[in-house]
Amino acid sequence: MSGPSGFTDAELVRACRAGDADAWNELVERYSRYVYAIAVRGFRLSDEDAEDVFQDVFTRIYTRLDSLREDSALRPWIAQLTRRRCLDAIAARREVPAEELTEEGSTDLTEIEEAFEVREALTSLSGACQDILDRFFTRDQSYKTISDELEIPSGTIASRIARCLGRLRETLEGRNPADGGSRE
Amino acid sequence: MTRLHDEERLGVLLRILRPAPLGWVQAAQELPGARRTLDEIVSRAEADIAFRAALVADLEQALAAEGYEPDRRLLDEIRARLGEN
Repeated sequence: MSGPSGFTDAELVRACRAGDADAWNELVERYSRYVYAIAVRGFRLSDEDAEDVFQDVFTRIYTRLDSLREDSALRPWIAQLTRRRCLDAIAARREVPAEELTEEGSTDLTEIEEAFEVREALTSLSGACQDILDRFFTRDQSYKTISDELEIPSGTIASRIARCLGRLRETLEGRNPADGGSRE
Repeated sequence: MTRLHDEERLGVLLRILRPAPLGWVQAAQELPGARRTLDEIVSRAEADIAFRAALVADLEQALAAEGYEPDRRLLDEIRARLGEN
């Protein structure tokens, strides 16, 4: 996955190891939703436990980045760290060893992986498409709010969303990997 | 990715990765600075017996007196590191 810097995960890891603060900010930005989703959707942790897991996972990423054997394997490593910490949190609540717990909600975990792939594809769309899809689907903004904040007619919001979803689908299907068409 | 998606399914998947609370993200992004503060405090405690004693006696007050404002997680880690040394 690449973000604002255009760094791949491997490049991002190397930049973080070199002490690049912007790279660290981007790594957190890139994976914050993922870690959050595993904790609250995959394992259904309370906000309190999810926050502890979230901060602990990023602390471990920061302090153990040198132990990552394959720089490009950042996502599976983060997923594993997060799942383990979620199981620890559940075990602590239930007062049972984490080893005795299974990864409940595994369907959701699979779906989170799929969602990450979609989000990855989203980053290749125009900024306008990324913005409107993010506002509507993940921030639950109404057509009116989107219209007011982006200063576009509310009557065009639905069609813009539909067009952007179409482009996203095309990107995922490999028909339009660079989103080289017209910009929203 | 080879799986085909219709737009409705894409909407469902987009909704899954919601933004984490802003404060959580900011705290994670501030980790490098927080870690430097932690290392600085622990190094000072190793070199300065009086400072270490003050930390052990009342961690939060000692740090506040020195102008540090660590959050709960950092306080927990300082306690752990002081306990190790």
